[in-house]
Amino acid sequence: MRSIFKIAFRNMTRYKRRTILTSLLIILGVTMVVLFSGLAGSVKSMMIGLITDSNLGHLQIHARGYVSSIDTLPLNLNMTEDDFQHAAAILESTPGIESFAPRLKLGAVLSNFVESTNVRLTAVDPVKEPLVCPGIRARLVDASPGVSALLEKGQVIIPQKVARGIGITPGDTVVLVATNRDGSVNGMQFTVAGLIEDILGPSGKDAYMHIDDARSLLRTGKGEVTEIVVRQAAMDGLDRTAGQLAKALGQFKNPKGKPAFEIHTWADLSPFANIASMIDLLIITVKIVMIAIVLISVLNVMLMSVFERIREIGTIAAMGTPPGKILALFVAEGFSLGLLGTAAGIALGVSGLLAVKAAHVTFSFGRMDNLPLRPEIHITELAIIAAMVLAASALAALQPAWKASRMEPVDALGHV
Amino acid sequence: MPLIELSNISKSYLAGQITHPALNDITLAIEPARLVTFVGPSGSGKTTLLNIIGCMDRPTSGEALVAGTRTDTLDRRQAAVFRGSHLGFIFQSFNLIPVLSVYENVEYPLLMIIPAPARERKERVMRLLEAVGMAEHRDKRPDQVSGGQKQRIAVARALVTNPQVVLADEPTANLDQHTAHRIISLMRQMRDAFGTTFVFSTHDPRIVEHADEIHTLEDGRLVPEHRDFTGGTAHA
Repeated sequence: MRSIFKIAFRNMTRYKRRTILTSLLIILGVTMVVLFSGLAGSVKSMMIGLITDSNLGHLQIHARGYVSSIDTLPLNLNMTEDDFQHAAAILESTPGIESFAPRLKLGAVLSNFVESTNVRLTAVDPVKEPLVCPGIRARLVDASPGVSALLEKGQVIIPQKVARGIGITPGDTVVLVATNRDGSVNGMQFTVAGLIEDILGPSGKDAYMHIDDARSLLRTGKGEVTEIVVRQAAMDGLDRTAGQLAKALGQFKNPKGKPAFEIHTWADLSPFANIASMIDLLIITVKIVMIAIVLISVLNVMLMSVFERIREIGTIAAMGTPPGKILALFVAEGFSLGLLGTAAGIALGVSGLLAVKAAHVTFSFGRMDNLPLRPEIHITELAIIAAMVLAASALAALQPAWKASRMEPVDALGHV
Repeated sequence: MPLIELSNISKSYLAGQITHPALNDITLAIEPARLVTFVGPSGSGKTTLLNIIGCMDRPTSGEALVAGTRTDTLDRRQAAVFRGSHLGFIFQSFNLIPVLSVYENVEYPLLMIIPAPARERKERVMRLLEAVGMAEHRDKRPDQVSGGQKQRIAVARALVTNPQVVLADEPTANLDQHTAHRIISLMRQMRDAFGTTFVFSTHDPRIVEHADEIHTLEDGRLVPEHRDFTGGTAHA
């Protein structure tokens, strides 16, 4: 095998310009894929991290039917305290679950005594919430100084754009008026603890308040919650965990005899999942383009190589070189071309990613600005790219190699 | 016992709907350790006959026995194995592999055709390079040596697997007279040293006289009388 690769490598040096041009094409393709995978993949991972860490969590548990009616924030589909306790017991015994937190969701009218507007509110446990969404604090702007908790009872956090719209600043007093499940209206005064940046996705423009305040405002039962937000130790295997939870929670039925709970991953809840899928699709498309470049360039160069060396093929065949070894010689040559291009392309692509990282480039996404671009590519991804290029190179060389191995020595030696 | 026995070998080619006879009822026997030449004008069938002896072509009819093996019935793969293990080839245009050094060209059959251990490989290659006077050029590429030197390398390459027969189609056609004589002398030396049978075709009368046997071909037929300069048996 070493001899085959030695001869294959020597043959590559026979037509230096052609080898360099073909290698450059492969290098270009591999570099493009590494750069694109690194950049797009990192943007995707960062966005998913941003969405899950600052708002959605990894998984959410609701009462059955809530998510399909989520736009109307139906209070009659909240979970009772017993439901929450059942789910909490299951979550505590499920391996890999890092933390979970209850939330109550509601709609209300926000007034600063001059103007009023409708707001959606996420009422949270200020201690547990940062454990499931550790990025939530980073979204806070103009927070009242000296406040260590996310917020305290009697406080609300207002979306930045709503605050600007009706002229609210931190420390102001506002009134929230909400209609409860029975249709009666209740209002309470709050102090604005801070403003919060908008974020992409459902609940991304919600105001925040203390869960106990929300229960008072809505006059609900003591432990009533709308959703349980769950954080897993690692992002991998969310679907598996969701399946496990669905199975475990399936034992609890609602009054209609149906499962009492429904479990959704972040991808089920966020429209960014579609964008993430599109990014994946784009990465696959770029990989297909790269494979096409490799296939065409290696096929072309190997066809020319066989055509130009017909007499030489005749010579080695006449001497008794087995057809399998003639085939291996040409496949090894195509493979070596791919290997050269892959090594250089990966080196160039990774260098490019490191350069972008070092340059501290930022980008905007939707209404989010100054998002840092931290391109990274996993070693497994590089291995997959390398395997694809090498397989494509060997495959492209196969047809010309087969042709070479099938040549009759007499015909090949007589070729002019 | 003859090393090569051809019985009633005929070969014809079909060009469109017309059949062109290339060889017609050739019967011939060649003993071991001989220097045998086929002579005749262009198109007389010399190359076709060499190709049949060398298992690179099949006769249309007749039987070919080389080194005790019926070669006219071998399939492609068997023929390749047989060539590698029993035959050596020398070509008119030398046909050295340009990307390999002189040493590597001679070594090639021991790497790719009949693999030999590294130590034995080195010994055999160096012994032959010394025998053909090319040891000092071992690291050069084929384009760095003369035509005569290339053919000496080709002779070494043909002999490195210890074949019983070396076939050479017009081995001196691209060489000047002096070099051609040296190559034929080299073949004689190798025949004596290794007991190899050399069968070559030529239409160069200057080198024919060096052969042990001369077989003349005309229009695909063997001319009945042939010259045997060593007192060997005439089988034509």
